[in-house]
Amino acid sequence: MKRKFRVSRIFLYLFLIIVSFICVFPFYWMIVGSTNTPIQIIAGKMTFGSHFVENFHTLFNNYNMLRILMNSLKISGISVILILLIGGMAGYGFQMYKSNLKEKLYGFFLLTMMVPFATLMIPLFKIVTKLNLLDTHFAVIIVSAVSAFMIFFFRQSFVNYPTEILEAARVDGAGEFRIFFNIFVPSMKSTFAAAAIYSFITSWNSYLWPLIVLQSNDKKTTTLLISMMSSSYTPEYGVIMLAIVVATLPTIIIFFAFQKQFVQGMLGSVKQ
Amino acid sequence: MGKKLSMKGWLFISPALILLAVFLVYPIIYSFYLSFTSTKGIISSFVGFKNYIRLTKDPMFLLALKNTGIILVIQVPIMLISALILANILNDRKLAGRGIFRTAIFLPSVTSLIAYTILFKMLFSFDGIINRLLLSTGIVDHPLEWLTTPKLAVFVLILAMLWRWTGYNTVFYLSAMQNISYEIYEAAEIDGASKTQTFLRITLPLLKPMILFTTIMSTIGTLQLFDEPMNLSQGGVTAATMGPGNCFLTLSVYIYNLCFKYVPNFGYAATVSYVIVFIIAALTVLQFWVGQSNEEKDAKKRLEKEGKA
Repeated sequence: MKRKFRVSRIFLYLFLIIVSFICVFPFYWMIVGSTNTPIQIIAGKMTFGSHFVENFHTLFNNYNMLRILMNSLKISGISVILILLIGGMAGYGFQMYKSNLKEKLYGFFLLTMMVPFATLMIPLFKIVTKLNLLDTHFAVIIVSAVSAFMIFFFRQSFVNYPTEILEAARVDGAGEFRIFFNIFVPSMKSTFAAAAIYSFITSWNSYLWPLIVLQSNDKKTTTLLISMMSSSYTPEYGVIMLAIVVATLPTIIIFFAFQKQFVQGMLGSVKQ
Repeated sequence: MGKKLSMKGWLFISPALILLAVFLVYPIIYSFYLSFTSTKGIISSFVGFKNYIRLTKDPMFLLALKNTGIILVIQVPIMLISALILANILNDRKLAGRGIFRTAIFLPSVTSLIAYTILFKMLFSFDGIINRLLLSTGIVDHPLEWLTTPKLAVFVLILAMLWRWTGYNTVFYLSAMQNISYEIYEAAEIDGASKTQTFLRITLPLLKPMILFTTIMSTIGTLQLFDEPMNLSQGGVTAATMGPGNCFLTLSVYIYNLCFKYVPNFGYAATVSYVIVFIIAALTVLQFWVGQSNEEKDAKKRLEKEGKA
């Protein structure tokens, strides 16, 4: 009995090690690849090479990576601030000032989460064209700042907040906005952190909408650049690998630095 | 709650309300209207149900529907079952190195859809390392044309999606499993239940809401599949066909093509997009209905009672 248990245990670990290897290998491969030449990558070289500086040079000089990186940072950063502000306030409004009409509206917004982006895409494109916002970062930001899901996320996280604190502040004569910004938000830091992480990564990785809106090369984001680089007829593998590393680095850093909030953010409101 | 206070609530909601009205509600309605019009360039005319009838005879649409359906039916069940198994393994408190395995399995979820797709495209290219590996181990005697043979290409796409999303779903299941009281498992162990029995009779029923949630989310996600097929096909956005034999032509890719690649026909594209809405709505209702059949509800109640006793 005991022996059988041990053997099955070994297989279990072996299985987990293989699965983990498959999950982690592409990361290793892309980091190693970013230091190699295309020929070395194709030849299956699995060790660090000496081509990192050249790849770096090509990426930042020929492809203007710094500019692209700054574009992505700007879009994601502003989107996150807007989502925290607008979504946080909305979630608070729906949860703390309940009324019949608000509940109906909220229910309706929940339903809209089923509508795919492809459906919104055409009217959004028309709106953006009409407002002369085509090829601007603003168009990308404003659309990613509108998220029914984030309102849902905030509200669900606010459900267990003790409202007595708000009542007490009201009795003390504090205005509603002061209560929200000075009392409520500071005590919900972890929720806002989780939301910030989730929405940053969503915005950082977004592809379809920026693809439609951003047309000039110096306005593009990291995802657009990588996609463009890889579809060229002579893809420079080493440079692409480096671009992927650079584009993935922020999300990996965030993941390891805030693993707990990251997972919490992802699980969001489905916590039972 | 006082009326005045309720009014103040609207102040908090209004910025979101305005944005949602303009960038979400209006597009949803306008798109529905568009689906009954035909647009060629700047000329637009109301055509009634003509677009919807045209769908049934449009080979490209039917192909996109079929392709999306195949990916959905194969990828989602494999992914969710694998995620369940992994979560069940990782939920074992006696497992050494649990945190490391969990981190490793979750890691793919932080990559952008574009990044992992292109990594897989390189891995499975004709002279890529997967072919080298298979050749050197003697599994195949000539390199496989992974991305230029329709069936193999779809296989690579599904494999890539499994890599990216299985860990993501595992985390969902794991968190739900950690909410199940440990005493239930101890009681089951005392009663002599095997591991498989415990999984099937206790874990699975209690996980039902989470399984339902992940099924619906994955279904919605797969029906919108765009980034991966677009970037896995040779030539990317500008390619003439989406993958070999258009096997990467998903509904969302087709909509994109209708709007931005061919002579733009926003009306017909909107019709195709509403097909996705209808399918999502129908499947969501169906999944809720299957997920909450009476028998299951009773079983869950029984279990909860047993757990409490």
